[in-house]
Amino acid sequence: MKVNEKVAIDHGLKKDEFKKICVLLKRVPNITELAIFSAMWNEHCSYKSSRKHLKNLHTKGKKVIQGPGENAGIIDIDDGDAIVFKIESHNHPSFIEPYQGAATGVGGIMRDVFTMGARPIANLNSIHFGSPQHKKTKNLLRGVVKGIGGYGNCIGVPTIAGQTCFDESYNGNILVNAMTLGLVNKNKIFYSKAAGIDKPVIYVGSKTGRDGIHGASMASAVFDDQIEEKKPTVQVGDPFTEKLLLEACLELMADDSIISIQDMGAAGLTSSSVEMASKGKLGIELNLNKVPCREENMTPYEIMLSESQERMLIILNNGKEKKAKKIFDKWGLDFSVIGKTTNSKNIEIFYDEKKFADIPIDLLAENAPLYDRKWKKIKLPQKLKFNKDEFKSLNLDDCLKKILSNQNVCDKQWIWEQYDHTVMGDTIQKPGGDAGVVRVHGTEKAVAASVDSSSSYCYSHPLTGGKQVVCESWRNLISVGSEPIAITNCLNFGNPENEKNMGEFIQCVEGITEASKYLNFPVVSGNVSFYNETKNKGIKPTPTIGGVGLIKNYKNMITMDLKKAGNNVLVIGKTEGHLDQSIFAKEILNEKKGPPPEINLFNEKNNGETILKLIKEKLIESCHDVSLGGILIALSKMCIKGKKGIKINPLKSLINKFEYFFSEDQGRYIIEVNNDNIKNVYKILKDNSVHFDELGIVNDNLVEFDEELNLSVEILNEENKTWLNNYMKN
Amino acid sequence: MKSSVIIFPGSNCDRDMDVALKKFGFQNKMVWHNDDKLPNSDLIVLPGGFSYGDYLRCGSIAGKSKIIKSVIEFAKSGGLVLGICNGFQILTETGLLPGVLQQNKNIDFICKNVFIKINNKDNKYFKNIEKDILELHIAHNEGNYFCSNDELKNLEDNNQIAASYCNEKGDCNEKINPNGAIKNIAGIFNKEKNILGMMPHPERMIDKYLSGEDGTIFFKNLISNLKS
Repeated sequence: MKVNEKVAIDHGLKKDEFKKICVLLKRVPNITELAIFSAMWNEHCSYKSSRKHLKNLHTKGKKVIQGPGENAGIIDIDDGDAIVFKIESHNHPSFIEPYQGAATGVGGIMRDVFTMGARPIANLNSIHFGSPQHKKTKNLLRGVVKGIGGYGNCIGVPTIAGQTCFDESYNGNILVNAMTLGLVNKNKIFYSKAAGIDKPVIYVGSKTGRDGIHGASMASAVFDDQIEEKKPTVQVGDPFTEKLLLEACLELMADDSIISIQDMGAAGLTSSSVEMASKGKLGIELNLNKVPCREENMTPYEIMLSESQERMLIILNNGKEKKAKKIFDKWGLDFSVIGKTTNSKNIEIFYDEKKFADIPIDLLAENAPLYDRKWKKIKLPQKLKFNKDEFKSLNLDDCLKKILSNQNVCDKQWIWEQYDHTVMGDTIQKPGGDAGVVRVHGTEKAVAASVDSSSSYCYSHPLTGGKQVVCESWRNLISVGSEPIAITNCLNFGNPENEKNMGEFIQCVEGITEASKYLNFPVVSGNVSFYNETKNKGIKPTPTIGGVGLIKNYKNMITMDLKKAGNNVLVIGKTEGHLDQSIFAKEILNEKKGPPPEINLFNEKNNGETILKLIKEKLIESCHDVSLGGILIALSKMCIKGKKGIKINPLKSLINKFEYFFSEDQGRYIIEVNNDNIKNVYKILKDNSVHFDELGIVNDNLVEFDEELNLSVEILNEENKTWLNNYMKN
Repeated sequence: MKSSVIIFPGSNCDRDMDVALKKFGFQNKMVWHNDDKLPNSDLIVLPGGFSYGDYLRCGSIAGKSKIIKSVIEFAKSGGLVLGICNGFQILTETGLLPGVLQQNKNIDFICKNVFIKINNKDNKYFKNIEKDILELHIAHNEGNYFCSNDELKNLEDNNQIAASYCNEKGDCNEKINPNGAIKNIAGIFNKEKNILGMMPHPERMIDKYLSGEDGTIFFKNLISNLKS
């Protein structure tokens, strides 16, 4: 096929980009070369719209072993142990084919982690769907949940936490963000940087098929009416092969055979070989006749672009081929020497002894386009004045029930019971709490992890929203008694060529940076997913934050269920009554405007650190952060989990009771303290200038407040559980 | 006491089982599916997971694997063979246990705590066990036990129904049946009671920080029975 501008545009390249390629190459590329450029220069692989801004992220810290730029980030958890973790999006394919899209999302992120030498120990996911009433939502939800479970369950890695949200802005573009944590010995980490000339380049894992061709380009474009036709660009996963690949790779990594290793993810063999060579400032030569293929007569074009799953590229030390092959043979996996490193600094592709591509590596990586896109600043909306007279017609009972059964607040057990969350025998906090917790096998340590997003806040004011998500992650980790260490972010946005969307991105990143700097909670890995847009309608800005924390002794972990009648319940942090953007405002008052709650980073840090001190000194029985829905929702969840009630004290606060119970002010927690410790707790709170309210006393079964609220915990449980079960049944 | 856990490609509860067996005093060895000889063992365990990707049918390819011939020989000579989850599926595929494990009735994977009632204590597994009702964990997609009427009659006549799903009080009814298994069957023996296959995972419940501790009761009792 003759390459011209039209062919380039069909490959997702812009006119200018094609011109740039011709200038840089000093000739017109052939079709295989064009395919390689299109795979490396798309948004998904090149970060061309985001790179400029991602540089500003806060990425350093005492515990950071590896920040962004590798397959995954790595943090030090002492004693020679390290945690490798990353979150990644698989949004576009999951909308086209929910089962395979979600499954391969999970598979891809696990490979990123075990590529570095780590055994995966926990999976998490954050999934966003359109309105429950939208005709596609139910099937998408079912397919995604089955896909995540189908892959993770088979591999045998527990899915320990997650998040599910519904909002009409995702009607045409769902979000599937998968996160994996792995455990590695600090001195046995593997990187993707190639080193040395004439080293064998090895292909291992599944055979290459025609699936997923142009997958990365598809994920770098908006959707239109013809998305069904894009089904062949979705990869097909095989978790069984991945399990074998995992075990085989870890077996090979036990000695010093490997120089560098990289999984074949987006843009398959192209991006893995280019990235390894680029990082090592080397050339690479590949003979595609040696690539194990699933189908006959695959062309170099197809082989280079295939996104078939469960494949790895390894650069071995000379002379180690035989030993390595034996391991892969044992696990029944393909193993083939497909090329070598060279000093040409070019990628050279051969097939049937003919050269099909010869491109300087730096044109593909460092010289990839970089855009400084135009963007629009989003102003803080005016705060709303709620008419308190309207509140008089409301009653607490009804409001509480309605919010508890709201699709974004309700219990998600229907989902997480389909995920194996206990395999590996170290899950000590299951899904449904503030964070999932797994022990570091064979030690006293445990790691906590949580995923969070707040698209309404980010939509209303991206800067505040960006800060808020980081704080929410920090609070969730604190609430289980872990010291927050670092985060990974998955930045899901609309079209970067649209100034408003680009502004949302830039300002969310700014917010994330500000909060993560202040809290010393650096970003160590992540990915960007742009073009979440269908027919000119983009999603709400949705940065998803995956946080990881360390518990030094897992016996000190804390849960949110209320423990014992007679105990004291306190609210930590000040309740100002901010209702704008709250679930209460949206569900009860039908009011969607106004700014998100303000973030006060000083209070956030001070309150969090004080809670952690209380937990470490074993002074509190349970803890839960106050988030979506406010105090009464957080409290109800603690009651439901503990099968206990609470008698709430008369309010001392000057604000209206609806504001007190349902406002979503930040930096707050609810804690349970027994009578023996209460004085001590008061003292520590006062010494640290932490605001607190005495909320009430735990009882056996009733949630009571004045004459106005009197509900049994069974009723609350019913309200909280029913919505999703009924929705999926009907 | 010596135990062996077989690792098939795709097994994923092999390590958990190894940890549990060792915790309660077994000297455990891991055995690769492509080996043909079993180490000298008092107990052979087929662990949970997705052996051979569960392709064709759950457990069917493992049921034809190289090592399985030795397992069958060992079982037929009266040796103790325990199959958990995928291990149970493999045992039915080899014919060592009757029946089949179908997809769960609700067609979803289920991961949660359940209660099971021990129906027969006249065997090495449950003799002297301190509780009649155990809280264990299930995690499976195909745990819906089914067999023919004749087979069911044989199971009942020979006291081969080892454990049934029940509520915390021990009532077995359709409402608490998690997966649609016939007669709430959670586990069965062969006629001689040296082979036990069950869906619940005792190895996931071996300390109080996990989902519970009733797995501890199971393993402690098992090793004590083997020693006596």
